[in-house]
Amino acid sequence: MSILEASVDSLISNLLLAGCCLLIINNMRYYLPRKEKYWYVLVISFGFACLWLIILRLLLWGIFHRDESYLDSVNRSSTLRFAIGFLTMGCMASICLLWYTQKEQTEMDARKQEAENLAKEAELFKLRQQLQPHFLFNSLNSISALVSINPEQARKMVHQLSDFLRGTLKKEEKELVPLEEELQYLELYLEIEKVRFGHRLSTVIQSDEFCRSMKLPPLLLQPIVENAIKFGLYDTTDDITIRIAVRAETGYLNITVENPFDPQTSSPKKGTGFGLNSVQRRLYLLFARNDLLQTSAVQNLFITTVKIPQS
Amino acid sequence: MKTVLIIDDEPLARSIVKEYLQSYPDIEIAQECGDGFEGLKFIQQYRPDLIFLDIQMPKINGFEMLELIEEPPAIIFTTAFDEYAIKAFENHAVDYLLKPFSKERFAKAMQNWMNQSHTGRQKSNTQALLESVSASPLQKQRVVVKMAGKIKIIPMEDIHYLEASDDYVRIHTKEGVFLKNKTMNHFEQNLDPQVFVRTHRSWLVNITEITRIEPYEKEGFLLLLKSGASVPVSKTGYSRLKQILGW
Repeated sequence: MSILEASVDSLISNLLLAGCCLLIINNMRYYLPRKEKYWYVLVISFGFACLWLIILRLLLWGIFHRDESYLDSVNRSSTLRFAIGFLTMGCMASICLLWYTQKEQTEMDARKQEAENLAKEAELFKLRQQLQPHFLFNSLNSISALVSINPEQARKMVHQLSDFLRGTLKKEEKELVPLEEELQYLELYLEIEKVRFGHRLSTVIQSDEFCRSMKLPPLLLQPIVENAIKFGLYDTTDDITIRIAVRAETGYLNITVENPFDPQTSSPKKGTGFGLNSVQRRLYLLFARNDLLQTSAVQNLFITTVKIPQS
Repeated sequence: MKTVLIIDDEPLARSIVKEYLQSYPDIEIAQECGDGFEGLKFIQQYRPDLIFLDIQMPKINGFEMLELIEEPPAIIFTTAFDEYAIKAFENHAVDYLLKPFSKERFAKAMQNWMNQSHTGRQKSNTQALLESVSASPLQKQRVVVKMAGKIKIIPMEDIHYLEASDDYVRIHTKEGVFLKNKTMNHFEQNLDPQVFVRTHRSWLVNITEITRIEPYEKEGFLLLLKSGASVPVSKTGYSRLKQILGW
């Protein structure tokens, strides 16, 4: 066997082998069997090895058809060639299998993560948006009444209600807002409620000056205060005062909301019921903690305490 | 001249009904009431022909107030949103106004009332409504009764057991016995079924009050309660108890 023959032989064998490997890679990129992966690798390597050997022999015979002794050596080395081809392609297919399976897994994880994030965001959005239909319809009814009694005030209430509704729509969940902003929003809500309930409802808000720049999730306080107002107003026929106090603690912003209730007829001991579940859930989704919202009853006062971790 | 009562806890909500009523010269507004207690008082005092009644009100809601009246007058309910009630209103053809309501809708409700007041149909509809209205979660937690002219709200935990007695149900509580003119079925449907078990055709028992169960006569059982009272258990009652208590 001359040097020429040896180089041509090795060039053709290796080029063909590389071609087959490329075919395998392409094949595996677009199709990965779910079951029987290892059989698939064996079958595909075996198939391609056979194909490779047949084409290789046809080519070599075509080129060197006059050199009997060389063709004889090709015949004799066929088994060895097949073994080499089969092993190479087997390795290639196995590597592809590992690589693409791995890639698919990573993509699936990413998709799952993304789906989870979307679900979480949607839930947070929904929790934040939970507007009590009672509040909306009764406010509209008040405006309807005011139109003939006091048109100026009717107009003012339309504006307040619009600002309130706009506030529920715009905020980004992830952004925390300064207490100052949240308290302004709360005032807006309280003004509307005071028009509805007249003299029966009064409110007191106490907050330390330096708390005002501390941050909390937007629209967190309004449902808590709404709950307190409902609980207070519907549990007694007297006039009621809702007290909201804000204090800074180490690492936390501490907010308490107090409403009167009648211990004779209500039993607020049943957990955080009373419409606070959505607040609880929201705090859990945002801070992964279930102990940030607490309620307690002291004599005829029901107290809701919420702690917001400060970073 | 017909007399009308407006019962609603929001002053502006009352004023819009008042305003719409100005177009009806032969109707007189006897009184405005801010809660169910006032409502009860003035219904007895004025015996109005029609009341406008809100459902969500302080202390006792509109339905609980109606339950305490012997013969409720014609009613037009006014409510903002009440998932528990609206179906019942529709089923019993009792008129209701969803706030905020227009003058036209109001006029239609008044027309319905005037048409029905000749036949007296609305009153029977109201009775049927009260029997069937599914209780709101709040109502499941308590029972409202009237005793010696006073209204008493009994929290569910304070009720030991209920006992049928003619047209009434005797409610045994830690503060004594109260009567309410309702059926046993009504209580069975409206009190929390995880707490109250019908142990017998005429008995409904708060299971947290049970201390002991003893065989009694043939095939029967007797429940002993913390208060010392004893309550009979029928065969079906026994299997219900078994199910709830997980024996």
